Amino acid sequence: MVDLTRVKPYGDTLNDGMVQLSFTLPVPYGDEANEAARQLAKKMGLEEPSVVYSKDLVGYTYFILYGKSVHTVDYTKIEVPKVDLDVMSKEEVEEFIKDNIKRDIVVVGACTGTDAHTVGIDAIMNMKGYAGHFGLERYEGIQAYNLGSQVPNEELVAKAIELDADAILVSQVVTQKDVHIPNLTQLVELLEAEGIRDKVVLTCGGPRISHELAKELGYDAGFGTGTFAEDVASFIVTEMVKRNMV
Amino acid sequence: MYLSKLNLDQKLIHSSRNAAKVIADDVQKFIDEHTTTSTERTIARLLGVDGVDEIDKPLPNVLIDNIKEGGGLERGIAYWLGNAVVQTGDQPQEIAEKIARGELDITRLPAANEEKIQGTVFEMAEERVEKIKTNRNKREELINTLGEGKKPYLYVIVATGNIYEDIEQAKSAARQGADVIAVIRTTGQSLLDYVPYGPTTEGFGGTYATQENFKLMRKALDEVGEEVGRYIRLCNYCSGLCMPEIAAMGALERLDMMLNDALYGILFRDINMQRTLIDQYFSRVINGYAGIIINTGEDNYLTTDDAVEAAHTVLASQFINEQFALKAGIPEEQMGLGHAFEMDPDLENGFLYELAQAQMAREIFPNAPLKYMPPTKYMTGNIFKGHIQDALFNLVSIMTNQGIQLLGMLTEAIHTPHLQDRYLSIENAQYIFNNVKDLGNEISFKDGGIIQTRAHKVLTDAEELLNEIANNGLFSTIEQGKFGGVKRSRTGGKGLDGVAKKDSGYFNPFIQLMVGGGK
Repeated sequence: MVDLTRVKPYGDTLNDGMVQLSFTLPVPYGDEANEAARQLAKKMGLEEPSVVYSKDLVGYTYFILYGKSVHTVDYTKIEVPKVDLDVMSKEEVEEFIKDNIKRDIVVVGACTGTDAHTVGIDAIMNMKGYAGHFGLERYEGIQAYNLGSQVPNEELVAKAIELDADAILVSQVVTQKDVHIPNLTQLVELLEAEGIRDKVVLTCGGPRISHELAKELGYDAGFGTGTFAEDVASFIVTEMVKRNMV
Repeated sequence: MYLSKLNLDQKLIHSSRNAAKVIADDVQKFIDEHTTTSTERTIARLLGVDGVDEIDKPLPNVLIDNIKEGGGLERGIAYWLGNAVVQTGDQPQEIAEKIARGELDITRLPAANEEKIQGTVFEMAEERVEKIKTNRNKREELINTLGEGKKPYLYVIVATGNIYEDIEQAKSAARQGADVIAVIRTTGQSLLDYVPYGPTTEGFGGTYATQENFKLMRKALDEVGEEVGRYIRLCNYCSGLCMPEIAAMGALERLDMMLNDALYGILFRDINMQRTLIDQYFSRVINGYAGIIINTGEDNYLTTDDAVEAAHTVLASQFINEQFALKAGIPEEQMGLGHAFEMDPDLENGFLYELAQAQMAREIFPNAPLKYMPPTKYMTGNIFKGHIQDALFNLVSIMTNQGIQLLGMLTEAIHTPHLQDRYLSIENAQYIFNNVKDLGNEISFKDGGIIQTRAHKVLTDAEELLNEIANNGLFSTIEQGKFGGVKRSRTGGKGLDGVAKKDSGYFNPFIQLMVGGGK
């Protein structure tokens, strides 16, 4: 029986704690390197660490290692902030707009700052969508504008004002050295300075974006990997009604 | 030499190539009548202007801004620099420094005799071209003495943002077996209208392309090449608003490979099409002369468009890129035409379609070292499945004799490659390339089977598209969104203000000295 107050990894037996990990140490290959990897694993809380494979990367050594986690977590106490909503299908969203908003809504999206990776914003916005989930451009009742890559925040805000946008979507894929944080923050500041922060539903998305982070930065929602257009659309239309933006 | 496996219709290939030639001829007419600020800055660099002024503005920019402000861009920097050298007796570098200090206004000097100007400039240009030729010879000599990796070359990227850290990672990769090291540029560099100066240690998702960084990495790769007994090629990105300047820097520092594709900049960086097509021509002239293999960017269409439905646009673009390259004097052996393994892994028989596409490119461009790009769009963060996707990609490559294998990373879609990611991907490729080495020579494809039928369809669609473009022109085709599903307007995008129509006194000595003169 699983004790949810003391959960640990499951390898082939309940509570064996088995963890696999791989990493590189900047030390020359050899017995000392393997021992260093084992000691490090122990400090991570892994008992009986076993280096099952190590490879000489010339001056560096790569390890694949198994160990048994001594730590447990209390699953019953976990709370994860999530975008709290019932996800509707594309047709349901369209119906919802017709019934509750009674006009076309305007959604502006962009990959902002120096980010040139549009795969995320394209998946959500472009007609074709992603993995069989159509993008916002194909939704009846949504006028979707995908501004593409490397859009300065200033330009995005100007466009949002020009189009009288109901929602702004920002995609951030490149997050090396946390470049996305100041960029996302600046957008919020600009919207506040223009006095339109309250007039738009503001969301961001990307592989390293969580709802919690988004809320912290002043966004209404954050969407991570595995998000489809209907998730974002459901949030926007629900939020609009909630905030009486109809 | 192997026989055709696909039974492709030679008439369709011929017609496609003809249409691509018509398209390139049409654009070349436009190119020949125009120049750009970046093209002129490149000429300045090639004539020896380098360095920055007191506010870190590169002197080539200072110089070209000066002639632009003086209304002299249409005449070209070769004329103005030549005139200034004749009138002042200074070297181009000294002239640029004087302008930076506000001591000289280059367009206000009295005009010397035109023949004398041309004579002076050609003399300087010949000397610089000689230096590039020396680099080219040096590469050949190193390859002859050290040897080189077998094709497909194993191509990996480094992208730390810090050139010194890049060097460590590059050397490590070379020791694992990499043949080509590409230093990814910092995100956003393609939109800078100048090339930063000096060694750099700060970048996002990549490292600034600067001449000093090129020099540092070249030296490191030469050293590690000696150590591993293999010439290690260096690759960078000759694209964006400074396309030909990067080509010049690469030629001077003996880079070996350059991403070089105007269509990529137009579609994915929103660079103005007139600007970048003019820039592309001069950059390809330089790359061709310097013996640099260009890599074209067709693979990118498949990241925004569907790899099955849009496969013919890749082939069509390869035909067009081939013609543009020929115009700039690039031999087939330096045409790294691009394509990619980007079909949805859930697609039934997707592997067969990938095989058809790769084999088709091989048969249509038999002498080009095709550049094959790994799966990126359908990489999910599941590194274990990703490693298998990369394995299938490697399998197609060795079966179809690709030239340059950009190794897929199992951590694609997560982060820039870690040290061990490169090792794992090199190991993956080496295992498959060795284990399956001659499979391609042992098999033939079923007549009228799935693979042949697929290749025939893609070729048919490409031929149709090419003839349509030949009728409508390349500019209008891009305006209609035929490539990558992205629409761009002829007068939109970045960099149009840097385009000028040449006047009758314009000349660019390097075009004359370099086109077709490499070998």
